[in-house]
Amino acid sequence: MVASAQVVDGPDSGPPAPAAWPDRLLSPFTAIGAGSIVAAASIGRVALFAARALRAALTPRWYFGQILRQLYAIGFLSLPVVGMTAVFTGAALALNIWTGGSRFNAEEAMPQIVAIGITRELGPVMAALMLAGRVSAAIASEIGAMKATEQIDAMVTLSTDPYRYLIAPRLLAAVIMLPLLTLLADIIGIGGGWLVGVRVLDMSPTIYIQNTWDFLQNWDVESGLVKAAVFGFIVALMGCYNGITAKGGARGVGRATTQAVVSSAILILAADYLLTSLFTRI
Amino acid sequence: MAEVIVPKLEWRDVSKRFDGPQVLAGLDLAVAPGRSLVIIGGSGQGKSVAIKIALGLIPADSGQVLIDGVDVAGLSAQDHAQFFARVGMLFQGGALFDSLSVWENIAFRLINAERMPRREAKARALEVLGLVRLGSHVADLYPSELSGGMQKRVGLARAIIGNPEILFFDEPTTGLDPITASAINALIRDRVSSLGCTAVSITHDLASARTIADEIAMLHQGRIVWRGDAHELDTTDNPHIRQFVDGRADGPINADV
Repeated sequence: MVASAQVVDGPDSGPPAPAAWPDRLLSPFTAIGAGSIVAAASIGRVALFAARALRAALTPRWYFGQILRQLYAIGFLSLPVVGMTAVFTGAALALNIWTGGSRFNAEEAMPQIVAIGITRELGPVMAALMLAGRVSAAIASEIGAMKATEQIDAMVTLSTDPYRYLIAPRLLAAVIMLPLLTLLADIIGIGGGWLVGVRVLDMSPTIYIQNTWDFLQNWDVESGLVKAAVFGFIVALMGCYNGITAKGGARGVGRATTQAVVSSAILILAADYLLTSLFTRI
Repeated sequence: MAEVIVPKLEWRDVSKRFDGPQVLAGLDLAVAPGRSLVIIGGSGQGKSVAIKIALGLIPADSGQVLIDGVDVAGLSAQDHAQFFARVGMLFQGGALFDSLSVWENIAFRLINAERMPRREAKARALEVLGLVRLGSHVADLYPSELSGGMQKRVGLARAIIGNPEILFFDEPTTGLDPITASAINALIRDRVSSLGCTAVSITHDLASARTIADEIAMLHQGRIVWRGDAHELDTTDNPHIRQFVDGRADGPINADV
């Protein structure tokens, strides 16, 4: 009686038929499996895109005019945002280390800890995250809009490879400029710590500089610059990939821009951990 | 014995399906050298897809596209670049590069594919700008500063600067007022005749089709349902054509609203 009533009522009313329980039991696994397939497919598509983009970036022909334009847009125009971020990060770091260090009489080590923190970690990561917000988003929206208005198709019909004309210059510019921006962020960040140390905490200006200079090793700076080059690649790659795969007009371009920023930021932090693990074994 | 003319462009049993329904279902269509073919049909019937497959911008699921009897899908990267040097395309929205000036758009192929010095390329762009009846004062403007009709003219100039053998036009008069549309149609007819090239256009603007076509083919549900000379458009009793020309809601074509 109950079973026939369920049939009459239809699938939307009453409890599910007993025969459906294996499907219900397996549905979480189905969802996990489907999600895994989608994730694996996405990774594969990004990897193929990266391989093609790298080939375009590392082999002739190079469009030097486009590379120069991107060096300016990605590097020079990012100077203010990276500089401002670095000075405040260095200043806040100095205050925090001073306060924390004073709990076990180690506040005098503040300049050295600020220097190592900035050069090995915060300089490259903060500069890269700023570029993820500014540059990756700009690349994704520009290329996405070009795709939506058929400009990429037009470029192909004009015998010009979009990978060489659009993507390779952005990749090269980001990989070249992010280490330079990081070097600047290192100097400005340490300067921010120096300002707090000297102006707020009454430390000697020359002793602060001396302590920083004597303590820092070349590898502290170099490892940060290597990280920055990798982060630059990630920022440009995610911007280009999300832009060129954008679908669905203005809404699709907006979604691509968001995805570019989010995926860049996550990949930067994941790569930071991996590179730090690798470098701390050296 | 009649001479066999190899078509300049031929779709041979071309099919294409995206995630949804079948867009092209065995498209068979050929254009003889020097002829102007217009493909008409309702929205979503696969007209743009047919052109993009011919240009190699979208791969076909099956079938072949032949240019001068050669399958373009089998071309190497080098040959494909040479293939694009033989074609020109006017996109529906113009597809002008926002970041480049008008003359840089027109000379894009010359500067980037043929490595022509910029000064020489600009002189050539200005010359072609005159052919599409635009003054040299627009050369340094950006696409966003132009009207829709001017953007189409610049797009046409960019398409013809390489003296192509085949010209494609995707909805050349969409979004234009009747007078500007008429001027663009006349310009297309004039340029195609002057270059002596083969032209393939897609449109649902019958005034445009009548002006620029030697032959008209109607695409419906992924197949050609009628083909004839342009003057036969008003005399044929093909039910698809009659419904399309008369603009009736009842008939073999279901209005997709």
